[in-house]
Amino acid sequence: MARRIVVVVKHVPNIHSARAFADGRTVRGAEDGSLNELDEHPVEEAVRILEGLDEAERAESEIVVITVGPAEAVDALRRAFQLGATTAIHVNDEALAGSDYAGTAKALAAAVRKVAADGPIDLVLAGMAALDGLGSVVPALLAAELGLPQLTNAGKLELDGATARVERVVDGATEVLEAPLPAVVSVNDHINRPRFPNFKLIMAARTKPVTTWTLADLGVDAAEVGEAGARTRVLSAEPRPERAPVEIHVDAGAGGEALVEFLVRRGLV
Amino acid sequence: MTRHISVVLLDDVTGALRGPDLELLTVARTLGPVRAVAFEAPSADALAALGTYGVADVVHLDVDGEPHLTGVAAAALAPVLTDARVLLARATFANKEVLARLAHLTGAGLLIDAARVGEHDGLVAGWKRVFAGSWDVDSVVTTELALLTVRPNAVRPVPADAPADPVVRAVALDAAAAEAAAGGVRLVSRTLHETSGSARPPLAEASVVVAGGRGTLGDFGPVEDLADALGAAIGATRDAVDEGWIDHDAQVGQTGVTITPHLYIGAGISGAPHHRGGMQASEVIVAVNSDPECPIFEICDFAVVGDLATVLPQAAAALRARTA
Repeated sequence: MARRIVVVVKHVPNIHSARAFADGRTVRGAEDGSLNELDEHPVEEAVRILEGLDEAERAESEIVVITVGPAEAVDALRRAFQLGATTAIHVNDEALAGSDYAGTAKALAAAVRKVAADGPIDLVLAGMAALDGLGSVVPALLAAELGLPQLTNAGKLELDGATARVERVVDGATEVLEAPLPAVVSVNDHINRPRFPNFKLIMAARTKPVTTWTLADLGVDAAEVGEAGARTRVLSAEPRPERAPVEIHVDAGAGGEALVEFLVRRGLV
Repeated sequence: MTRHISVVLLDDVTGALRGPDLELLTVARTLGPVRAVAFEAPSADALAALGTYGVADVVHLDVDGEPHLTGVAAAALAPVLTDARVLLARATFANKEVLARLAHLTGAGLLIDAARVGEHDGLVAGWKRVFAGSWDVDSVVTTELALLTVRPNAVRPVPADAPADPVVRAVALDAAAAEAAAGGVRLVSRTLHETSGSARPPLAEASVVVAGGRGTLGDFGPVEDLADALGAAIGATRDAVDEGWIDHDAQVGQTGVTITPHLYIGAGISGAPHHRGGMQASEVIVAVNSDPECPIFEICDFAVVGDLATVLPQAAAALRARTA
């Protein structure tokens, strides 16, 4: 059967640029370095699900990526295009600035509902966490907002007709969970290895249209999101103070003893 | 009734209470009268500890269903929060999602993985380290009820000045309510992983962690030796896990276990961003690596340039000699 899959993604500040150039990857352009790395996995998973369909089904299928964020967040959608997304939606509204987890989930949920109003969706996929905040709670909040079953932190996902089954390793246990579709599924980085986009996709991603929705388009009250709707307030945010310069001991036979001497000096043993 | 109760979700009450739960009780006491809740009936040992920590009000959430499902756990907890100003829970993946679901149900504000908890102008405040440990953020919850997951080692556990006599009451969630709260999700199976060498503390909550990476070349013997001399938990990089040298549960990193021990010792670990994101908020960082150029040396307090196969056993022997 044809599948309509929504993938919610996040644009994150480029705090891991070193990783972007590792693993023999070609250097990414400035326009595509900022999709949350863990969000490549749900896009890849959606692409694989479509690849498992026959050609006619695939022609009817769609991968819709949605992001909520300021103007530059469109870069995350461009990257998702490179990885194989077919449609992209950017929820951008000044009133969203300062959203907490709940506000972000509300805006995402409204966008997913609007996509679903055009035609039924089978699955909402998400990454397991954003590498900037690592809260990991937006997928669970999104499921609650949408009133859909949640299957989170999946290391394996199987779709069998109208049922999704996931396997996950959390908190020292392996769990298998099942739910009827449509469901919200977040996936971790063990589920697949995202492919390198080919040149054709990279070129095509530059010019594919991105739909932009405002809160008004979504029918979301601006007072419920952003700073206005936030249930938490940041008092202060500061770069971590620099550590004292590292003490380096070059081992010439007493490295282990020097290590212990350091621990003693710091009162750690 | 004004909200004033400080509720603690205890993860494990079937044996003696462990460090992280005692830490939560210690924090909770500073925010209001404490109510301890758990999904199991507390053992005699657990009750004794609760008494020592000054907790009189103990709730057994008696669920006729599967409390490992997020929706079910949240539905069971909601009724014990009607007079609460705060709910504190350990920073496990399951708890984060349960608190998220509760935030949706109650309209409460949510702080995930606070490393310190306190008050600011009468509001519950949490301090955390984000962006791979590079930024410190202080936030307050502005709603009447605050939901927080709290990292291990946030405080040192301290018994109360005045002990209490705990009384346990059951709050039930019946089968129909549990079924409805599951929201269509079914737990097909749940297999707890064996904890080999159970004398070591669990990684997520250990105050000292010794971790090994590619530089161990697959031999975790020296890492284990030093860990045992320190009473530490064992961690590993994703590389070491992918090589099959050590169990998946030992993986420290952004998608593995995120740790904040008082002392982290990394051996044969270069310090890839993925790993650093999971340990960079540790208080004191020590690294042993034969490569003087490895990135982990840039974020550590003490570095030994040398072969971990000789440095670690020597350190372990020196520690044992001190305590002998």
